[in-house]
Amino acid sequence: MYFNGRGEAVSRARWKEMYQAFLNRQELIKAGLTSRRDLLRMGLLGGAGMLIAKNGLSSWGGGNCRYGSTGCGTCASPPTTPWTLPMPIPPVKQAIPVSSLTGPAPSINPNTAINPATSLPYEGRTRAHQAPALGFPFPAGVVYQVTQQQSQVRVSNELPMQNLWTFDGVSPGPTYVAHYGTPVLVRNINNLPVSNGGFGLNSVSTHLHNSHTPSESDGFPCDFFAAGQYYDQYYPNALAGFNSTHVATHGDINESLSTLWYHDHRENFTSQNVYKGLLGFYLLFNQFDTGDETTGFRLPSFPNYDIPMAFADRCFDAQTGMMVFDTFNTDGILGDKFLVNGVIQPVLHVSPRRYRFRWLNTGPSRFLQVYLTDLTSPSTPQPFYQISNDGNLLPHPVQVPAVAMGVAERSDVIIDFSQYAGKTLYLENRLDQPNGQGGPTGSVVAGGQGFLMLKIIVDGPVVADNSINPATLPAYYALPSVSATPRLQRSFNFDQTRDGQWTINGRLFSCASPRFTIQQNSLEEWAFDGGFGWSHPIHVHFEEFQITQGAPGLYGSSSDDPSNYSRWGSQYCWSGCSGGSSGVNVSRKDTVRVIPRGNVKMRMRFRDWLGRYPMHCHNVIHEDHAMMLRFDVATTGDMNTRP
Amino acid sequence: MPEPLRRNLFAALGLVPRTFAPPDSGREVMRKRYFPNVPLVTHEGRPVRFYDDLLKDRIVVLNLMYADCTTLCPMITANLVKAQKILASRVTQEVSFVSLTIKPLDDTPEKLRAYASMHHATTNWLFVTGQPGNLELLRQKLGYADANPDKDRKDRALHSGMVRYGNEPLSQWSSIQGSADPEWIAEEITYVMPTGAVRRTTVR
Ligand SMILES: [Cu+2]
Repeated sequence: MYFNGRGEAVSRARWKEMYQAFLNRQELIKAGLTSRRDLLRMGLLGGAGMLIAKNGLSSWGGGNCRYGSTGCGTCASPPTTPWTLPMPIPPVKQAIPVSSLTGPAPSINPNTAINPATSLPYEGRTRAHQAPALGFPFPAGVVYQVTQQQSQVRVSNELPMQNLWTFDGVSPGPTYVAHYGTPVLVRNINNLPVSNGGFGLNSVSTHLHNSHTPSESDGFPCDFFAAGQYYDQYYPNALAGFNSTHVATHGDINESLSTLWYHDHRENFTSQNVYKGLLGFYLLFNQFDTGDETTGFRLPSFPNYDIPMAFADRCFDAQTGMMVFDTFNTDGILGDKFLVNGVIQPVLHVSPRRYRFRWLNTGPSRFLQVYLTDLTSPSTPQPFYQISNDGNLLPHPVQVPAVAMGVAERSDVIIDFSQYAGKTLYLENRLDQPNGQGGPTGSVVAGGQGFLMLKIIVDGPVVADNSINPATLPAYYALPSVSATPRLQRSFNFDQTRDGQWTINGRLFSCASPRFTIQQNSLEEWAFDGGFGWSHPIHVHFEEFQITQGAPGLYGSSSDDPSNYSRWGSQYCWSGCSGGSSGVNVSRKDTVRVIPRGNVKMRMRFRDWLGRYPMHCHNVIHEDHAMMLRFDVATTGDMNTRP
Repeated sequence: MPEPLRRNLFAALGLVPRTFAPPDSGREVMRKRYFPNVPLVTHEGRPVRFYDDLLKDRIVVLNLMYADCTTLCPMITANLVKAQKILASRVTQEVSFVSLTIKPLDDTPEKLRAYASMHHATTNWLFVTGQPGNLELLRQKLGYADANPDKDRKDRALHSGMVRYGNEPLSQWSSIQGSADPEWIAEEITYVMPTGAVRRTTVR
């Protein structure tokens, strides 16, 4: 039996017709749907200027999400004209005096007094802040207040305003600009409505992804708080090791972080809430990564030449134009619209000089391989420099043809636009990922055939550039040594049961108790292996790891990307580079792509703070459906090698 | 071609401004996308409509099963029975359980009645059969069909470990894992109850 997208039984002949129709539609949309000539050429416009109904342009047939720009599985968004809106840059979050906070003053213990207005405890937190006992000031010297609320947000000129869930009215939310040595307190207020437009739960837990945060402020999935409550999160902005391996230097400078992001992590509803808009950037600076191109590592100055970019794919209802979520898809959700900082296919104008872009794949499920494409010569490689692999800096810049990012992975890159003065370029995702099942095939499509995400026009004024040329290979941070003997090795298998439940070591998630306990300040080695047919971006909270085996590289092979492959062959090791020791894999990471039947080994220390944290797949659909576990960090650990 | 697509194509050509239907409420979005109001028959032999009689205005737990299943479904039913008892002792809201057979030709109301009593699933729980086309439509709509048609043909229960639950009037829906600890299943079901949004102290 064959079925259409509405679940109605159709004949095999009709099904094939639907599939062909889908391909036709893709072809049509790929042509841009903007040019009368294109439509004529494709036989879609009759002599009298009437549209000819090609079979099934209206079908709800299957389809793939490979490339092109619309029609993807069950998703068929209305067409939108690309490159009409500027790329938004989220505002920088401003601090306020502690006396200006809404509600009671911050307290070290959770404020469990009942708020008469809501009949709920004022605060959703359940554990005391750990930081004051270790000498951190309380309240922190820098205080923010952020409100989670529904707001009307424009994603396209041609779609209705969307009712998104935002921090302070924008999605991505405001960017926190934080500095090592300056702890901050964020009063996080939940003002979300119960009415959700079809998806989202107004109960939240905000995770600061990649941060070395005490458990009670980490945004653990079950530390959620209700509408009408607040949650005070204390971010010490202290280097890992400050209370263990590197006390004298207030932590290990080589554990410095740079590009972090915050997002909702509410158990069982993370995918819906993040899809609905609850995410933003948190940037950490220090005496080397200063945000000023005349000091320290002399990276392009923030904010003019240092720009965060959150990539996302989404789907919109064909009739109402409203964002839709595929609620009962527990495999993975791919959209046919690509957003950068919350807008579909926006435009960015730049000056002919170096820029630092901070790229983030926010998912929900899609993997990306991002290239810089010149459409007048789409197969010409346009290399640039990658300076981070997740939220840190590499030992030195690495020239790359592209970057691959699973969900939640980040890459800071430096692109020198002086060589492109007057030109137009695109950020293009060329990774082949047919549908929400499995993951990327491993192939990349030819330049110009992928999803164009951002148009970059190099028409800004000529301005001074005091940043260092990355081609001179300046040194950033050395890698902390992980060559000591680990306290133990733990193994984790990421798979799916025969009836579709996501598991780690065959077991399902629960918040209630830890699966294993790590001895504080010890070094552990973890081995990850993937199931038969799926890719999983696995994220460990709290500490960064170094991959010692099976590090994933770029996707692609000599057959589908000969021009790049011959030059960068050693980095095309998506199925796992032998050793961890080449190119951008010489790095610290917080998320690793585990590919089908892949094996990855990593080492990490769990320092300074105590409490509960999760490790999980960051395909947020898998995460919400039990591909997650809780571990605790305590003064004594267990020896469970296969928890 | 249907009007909306025709409109979109014209709009994309820049011929007319595109107009969209006004947005639906959350519950209408869910009803239109996922909950066809097909006629069904309960294990008591009572005719019902899927949306009107089983979902509307309720907090619902939904799963797929068939009576002769000897692999995973009996275990999932047993877990849900335990979770239902745990919920009854903790919350005042009524929770409706609905189990849809994927073998409606085998699973007569009598057979489902026997299955229900064997599992002591007797309170607020309907086992549902009906016309095969209607049950198949629900299986597809509720996300239980595998995206790969070949795999789906071979095993129509490939996703049956995922149990849907939701608060229909509030359009809050998600999935829980049928093999999970019944305590955890019960905990997660409370997420769509107004009190369930508040963090409790069961996590230590
Ligand atoms: Cu996964």
